[in-house]
Amino acid sequence: MAQILDQPRYKCALAAMQTVHAIPRAIPILHAGPGCGTKLNDNTGISGYYSPNIFPSTNIGEKEVVFGGEGKLRTTIENALKIIDADLFVVLTGCTAEIIGDDAEEIVHEFADAGKRVIYVNTPGFKGSNYQGHDWVLTALFEQYLPRERVPVNAKQVNIFPGPPVQDPFWHGNLKELESLFREIGLEPNIIFGYGNGVSAVDRIPAGAFNILVSPWVGLDSVKVLEKKYGTPYLHYPVLPIGATETSKFLRAVGKFTKVDELHVERVIAEHEKEYYYFIERYSDTFLELRILSKRFVVISDAQYAIAATKFLVNDLGWNPGGTQFVTDNTPEEYRESVRSEFEKLNYGIKASMEFSTNGFEIQKKIRESGFTAPPMIFGSSWDKSFAKEIYAPFLNISYPTYDRLIINSGVVGYAGGLKFLEDIYTTAVQSLIL
Amino acid sequence: MGTINIDAGTVPIRETRLGSITGYYGDLEDLSTKSSCGNLKNRERCFSQCSLCLNMCSIGEFTSLRDVAVINHAPAGCNAGSAATKVFAKQIAERIGKEYNSVLVGTDLNESDTVFGATESLPDIVRQVYENYRPSAIVIASSCVSGVIGEDIESVTSELDRQYDIPIFPIQCEGFRSKIWQSGADIADHAFVKYIVKPPQEKRNVINFKNFFESERQQITEIFAELGVTPQFLYLNSTIEEVEHLSESLATVSICGTLGTYLGNALEELYGVPYIRSLNPNGITGFESWLREIGKKIGKSAEVENYLTREKAKYIDKIEEVKDELKGLTAVIGMGPGYAFDVGRVLQELGLEIIWTTAWHLDYRYDNGEMPTSLRYMTEHSANNFGVSVADQQNFEIMHTLKTLKPDVYFSRHPGTTVWAVKQGIASVFVADEYTIFGYRGTLNFANMILDAVRNRSFEQNLAARTKLPYTDWWYEQNNQAMLLNEGETRLREAAAH
Repeated sequence: MAQILDQPRYKCALAAMQTVHAIPRAIPILHAGPGCGTKLNDNTGISGYYSPNIFPSTNIGEKEVVFGGEGKLRTTIENALKIIDADLFVVLTGCTAEIIGDDAEEIVHEFADAGKRVIYVNTPGFKGSNYQGHDWVLTALFEQYLPRERVPVNAKQVNIFPGPPVQDPFWHGNLKELESLFREIGLEPNIIFGYGNGVSAVDRIPAGAFNILVSPWVGLDSVKVLEKKYGTPYLHYPVLPIGATETSKFLRAVGKFTKVDELHVERVIAEHEKEYYYFIERYSDTFLELRILSKRFVVISDAQYAIAATKFLVNDLGWNPGGTQFVTDNTPEEYRESVRSEFEKLNYGIKASMEFSTNGFEIQKKIRESGFTAPPMIFGSSWDKSFAKEIYAPFLNISYPTYDRLIINSGVVGYAGGLKFLEDIYTTAVQSLIL
Repeated sequence: MGTINIDAGTVPIRETRLGSITGYYGDLEDLSTKSSCGNLKNRERCFSQCSLCLNMCSIGEFTSLRDVAVINHAPAGCNAGSAATKVFAKQIAERIGKEYNSVLVGTDLNESDTVFGATESLPDIVRQVYENYRPSAIVIASSCVSGVIGEDIESVTSELDRQYDIPIFPIQCEGFRSKIWQSGADIADHAFVKYIVKPPQEKRNVINFKNFFESERQQITEIFAELGVTPQFLYLNSTIEEVEHLSESLATVSICGTLGTYLGNALEELYGVPYIRSLNPNGITGFESWLREIGKKIGKSAEVENYLTREKAKYIDKIEEVKDELKGLTAVIGMGPGYAFDVGRVLQELGLEIIWTTAWHLDYRYDNGEMPTSLRYMTEHSANNFGVSVADQQNFEIMHTLKTLKPDVYFSRHPGTTVWAVKQGIASVFVADEYTIFGYRGTLNFANMILDAVRNRSFEQNLAARTKLPYTDWWYEQNNQAMLLNEGETRLREAAAH
């Protein structure tokens, strides 16, 4: 049922065009309105080898609404294959194409022998969010693009699937750090998104011995598709690991799942922790004595960052929840309990109360009326910046929309990411000190 | 020939109202001949890339005001721009020390709504918006989904309008209605005139000033003060109460002819507020004719001449100096039609040679039935006949043009377009702000921007040397109009559709 969407922190399923765009040499073809692609592309870092200016789009008009748009889709695909230099074309259907009943599947099948691979995904905006769309794109990719036949498995290869790229503003940096940590414990990571990866990495997926999904709920269906198709076991790890405590836990879980030498994993962890705590030790005075931070926090973000930040702040930095935490990604009902349970698995039996909400106005009202004695630090999105100022709370932007900061390739994952996150937190705090 | 029918629920799109087009390939002379005899026909494409959405253009006009709530009756993605809308409107309000209180919310339409309808949810959403934000008006915007499933928003708003003490009204801005996103602004202007503007009670010493980002608000306020009038900037930073009084102003002027045509002509036709249809105030000729036209309309010609003489003396020598360095540079322009021919005029004034112009759409006439002033000026005064195409931001055609013509500079005006020219190793100037070339000072500033772009080409050289273009060699070997159907094919398709 229709509901008020005030301060949107997610987009529609068609915005999963960003998932396609994150796979180098794959390009979306939109069977959608003239402005869908441009409108959904409101993040930073969204140009590249392609951009929405390049994405083919049928630009559905009144004529197609009345008489159907399959003809326009056919000529658009046909010419896209000639004009655009790409290895994989992914047709994504928008709202109008779906409601008027265009059969993208049938049109795409006409291109089965076109020499270039074309697949399709139904991603009408009314059917779900870009978080769900991300999973549908991967599902289609695995079902339609990957071969049915099994290939010899590389016992060391682990396919890593993160949350939705671009929607996660730190995706480039996070993926690089995950890759590097996996290599250190003796695995061969395979990631399809970002620099140095792409369609060739998709081709390697069937050879993976393991799939690891690092995400609270997004992407679960697609790893199950791989399990069914190739019998590849998957580990669903719901916590994006930030900082030493969570990263060490993560590496142990991955090591155990992939059966790599436990002692080696422990050596890697020990070395990283030694380095991490060298820096923590040097900067401890700041963490302990800076008088302008209350050491309490509220996260307003998607399930991935709400959980990740909460775990880091409580288990690593020793802060406490400053009231209710808010998950804003419209988590589907079936995943809500598992997401909620992560807020209850914290050190010293700390349980962070949490709520699912897509109404920014209500979220801010609740925080304002929560009766805090000192303003908690707010970890949110651009929507929360002026609100934080209003309640004199320090604020750090960690999720879409992120208008007030530019993140190029830095990440928050891992040991290095934890230190970077600390830099961000304390830089934000000390920026209020004006000479 | 009038096109204003304020009793109608909405305004027809530009394609049907003005015969505007998004597909054309030819040159200035051909365009001029065909436009003059009303024989300019659209050519459709069999391949296209993403362009822009009129729904956001419509909504953007309302969220520019400081005290309006817009409910976009749409799935979540259609509201993706709401943060950007607020971010920039808030900064622009802060610039003049005002508070921005407008809000844009969505209705998060889902699959069951497409089956069972969602108008029943609207009263409750309106109540929440009213209670939370206390806006001066609530606008409910339709989207592709609400349009295709046939949501009767008008009935809902007319019922709600009776229940609340503020105007509540609909705008029909489904994204599929038109490929010309500017139609979205017309739809908004129609709704402003229909639902907000009141008949005049008195005449006020005010000039309605339609623009985008009001970056020269202070300068314009000072110029107008010399003429004894106050500008009413629209719509950023304005309020519903201010818009109510637009019919009482001395005149309407727009920073861009394409942007202003519907509002200007509607206020003139309905309330006799003269609409000033001069060139845009860009460059020397543009600025002088614009200000003189205003002076003439309000009987302040002497004051205008004083101002122009004084200001020109400050900048003209410096402009001439930079011109020496720009002489002979070749230029390709890719912009909306309101700016394409206007910026073109300034470039010719500065001694550059235009070798191609691509307009995102083309109006060969405006709502008064006349050819746009800047287009007419170009057809009558251009130093040379140059190639012209019309493409709704079809990047593959622009890249083809740039690769073939290799101009010294490319001039763009829309986000995300500049980098593509740069990747082909072409110096680019992003003329984003509508006041970039305003007046004498703006002209000098613009000349310096061009000089900077051609003088230090490090960024584009570095990037171009290390990136690959996304188009195939096949495409660059084709004729640039290969994806445009001819007029006959387009007409056949249209006939089949009807």
